[in-house]
Amino acid sequence: MNVLMTGVGGQGIILASDMLSEVMMRSGCDVKKSEIHGMAQRGGSVMSHVRFGERVDSPLIPFDSCDILLSFEELEAARYLKYLKKDAMVIINRYRLAPPAVVSGSRAYPDVVPFLKEKTPNIHLVSGTAIAEEMGNARGVNIILLGVLSTLLDPPESAWYDAINSMLKEKIRAANIQGFKRGRQIQIQ
Amino acid sequence: MNTMAFFISESSQGEYVMKKILSGNEAIARGAFEAGVSFVSAYPGTPSTEILQTVAEEYPAIHAEWNPNEKVALEVAAGASYAGARCMAVMKHVGVNVAADPLMTLPYTLIRGGLVLVSADDPELFSSQNEQDNRHYARFAKIPMLEPSTSQEAKDFMIEAVRVSEEFGTPVLLRTTTRISHSMGVVELGNEKGGSIPSLERHPAEWVMLPANARVRHPVIEERIIALKSYSDASPLNFMEIGSSKLGIISSGVAYQYAKEAFPEASFLKVGLSYPLPEELIRNFAAQVDELWVVEELDPFMEEQVKALGIDCRGKDRLPLCGELNPDIIRGAITGTVPEDRGVQPDLPPRPPSMCPGCPHRSMLWALKRNKCFIAGDIGCYTLGFLPPLSAIDTTLCMGAGINHAHGMATVFGPGKEKIAAVIGDSTFYHSGITGLLNLAYNKGAALIVILDNSTTAMTGSQDHPGTGVTVRGEQTLNLDLENLVRALGIGWVRTVDPYDIKQTRKDVKEALAFGGPSVIISKAPCVLLKSRKVSGRALTVDTDACTGCKVCIGLGCPAIEFRDEKAHINEMCVGCGVCADLCVPKAIGGEK
Repeated sequence: MNVLMTGVGGQGIILASDMLSEVMMRSGCDVKKSEIHGMAQRGGSVMSHVRFGERVDSPLIPFDSCDILLSFEELEAARYLKYLKKDAMVIINRYRLAPPAVVSGSRAYPDVVPFLKEKTPNIHLVSGTAIAEEMGNARGVNIILLGVLSTLLDPPESAWYDAINSMLKEKIRAANIQGFKRGRQIQIQ
Repeated sequence: MNTMAFFISESSQGEYVMKKILSGNEAIARGAFEAGVSFVSAYPGTPSTEILQTVAEEYPAIHAEWNPNEKVALEVAAGASYAGARCMAVMKHVGVNVAADPLMTLPYTLIRGGLVLVSADDPELFSSQNEQDNRHYARFAKIPMLEPSTSQEAKDFMIEAVRVSEEFGTPVLLRTTTRISHSMGVVELGNEKGGSIPSLERHPAEWVMLPANARVRHPVIEERIIALKSYSDASPLNFMEIGSSKLGIISSGVAYQYAKEAFPEASFLKVGLSYPLPEELIRNFAAQVDELWVVEELDPFMEEQVKALGIDCRGKDRLPLCGELNPDIIRGAITGTVPEDRGVQPDLPPRPPSMCPGCPHRSMLWALKRNKCFIAGDIGCYTLGFLPPLSAIDTTLCMGAGINHAHGMATVFGPGKEKIAAVIGDSTFYHSGITGLLNLAYNKGAALIVILDNSTTAMTGSQDHPGTGVTVRGEQTLNLDLENLVRALGIGWVRTVDPYDIKQTRKDVKEALAFGGPSVIISKAPCVLLKSRKVSGRALTVDTDACTGCKVCIGLGCPAIEFRDEKAHINEMCVGCGVCADLCVPKAIGGEK
């Protein structure tokens, strides 16, 4: 199984992909995960590859092989179309962060859904950022989206709480569990 | 930093083992711990930085230190080894260039405690100025090299590297790439072996490398490499996986994993100890397969050596010399097929990294640009000032080069002809700017040097350095006075400025440029990602009725200022530094400040 997470530096993608990896390892899978740190953190595009199964060789997802794309930002959902399997599941957080050319007014922010539709009909927009703001912390969007993703994967709900409890500091656990539960309520199938 | 918990699970041998998901870098730190390493030195550099950070955070018994540069890091490690301690020096690929001077002679000397040099290379230049292949350093310095291809191997090979170093009395190169350092995988944890006990010994014939001694030591290296060749053939790090005899692939590092993904049925010679190569094993493997390929990233390092053995093989005639590989590139190269069209990739607006909203570098670069300076740059976040609309960086070569570029150029033009300036960050200045500044003063230069002092090593994720007053473990240490250091180097005109005071900064730059001799401006304001930052954190607002759409604020290139419907708008990323408000002619920007 290949999961690609995309978005913008600072959105909590790395922690979300860490948690997914931890849950899959605890479920007995071999897991590999790859992403780029460093310059990408300065507001640049971020992409995290998470692969799990009986045995994983390449830490990078081969082209045409991504089963689930979870994009934290709308435009970033369409930046890596070559990785998507035909009919891949695509979950896009409704959130638009203008890239420099849009900030300066030289280009318009594109609607990326038509491009994705050429690869797959399974596109779901979810209001993760709005829900996170409503819950009082816009930075909690990553755990909400992870909640959405969890409903598509085999591990039981409790496995995710085990990972949250082992990976997060105590004072932020309750808020994260609440956000995760809220994410699981979002129906996408 | 990794926060994952230990997890107990059944191993392949049916025993219960501790498993943890670790990045390659975290696994190397763990390997150092298990191998009994007691001394780790490093200069931060992507993708190597997390190794020392993990040592400092997770393994309190190991001495860990940030060094001003990589030459220092390798030399202090050599000292630790001479004292009998197991040690590791960590750096990115270009850092090894800085450490190349000690590296080339260190193998001549007697290694007591195991000494491992970790070089983290960056194929694809995710965060580097070049994509040099540091495997050549192993051959150049005549030292053994290990190349892990997973996090598990990163840990295991680190332990083996220490053992090989002590058995053969040589420094060992552990070479990773970004995809090894920053990828995560499941690692089975082992126990600590226990460290070595330091003791003072004297070995002048092996440690004093004057010609008479070094001449005697050179044959020792040559004999050692012959011994290591036999070891390479016998080492469990190099092994065959015999599958189909039609296709045989020799590979190492992450390229092995990609090739395995692309051709699971093929036969493989997996090379973990890649210098010196296992020559007998290669001959044996080549005899078992119809078509032999060498799959490696960057240079044909192994391929050329295989060909030199008289073995016919393919590789870089089809595989790219530039950039990183992936399973699809390898499949395409070996089958000779062009990848099928994957549908139209839309032309999306790019999202390059940029300086953060409120970054103190932005206003200083703007002030230099407004004074029509040629700006020699350096390595750090301010390199991002290259991007439009600031377009403020005119050169970037390597650590510390900017000051010297500026001096060379200003000297050629002569006094008062062109406005030549250099910018250099505080960490980069301590790394290799001090000698350049001394040279500027000594040779009566006239350039303006701006030290962008944001009290951290920002680009690699905020590491401490000799100017921050804090060690890697957060202990208080020396309180360096940068202005006094600059004066001591012989610079007469020195001024510390607050870059958030944009109007005064612009005047100071003008005054420094008008001064006849070398001048230094210390642009002092903490990185906005630090707790000590000097911004309110509260977003400013634009009075759109007052905004005339003049775009002066847009010229700062701040991601928090957007231009829509002929007006400026400030988004939620604003941290209230106030620079745009000070520049706004109709005073349309206000609110918090």
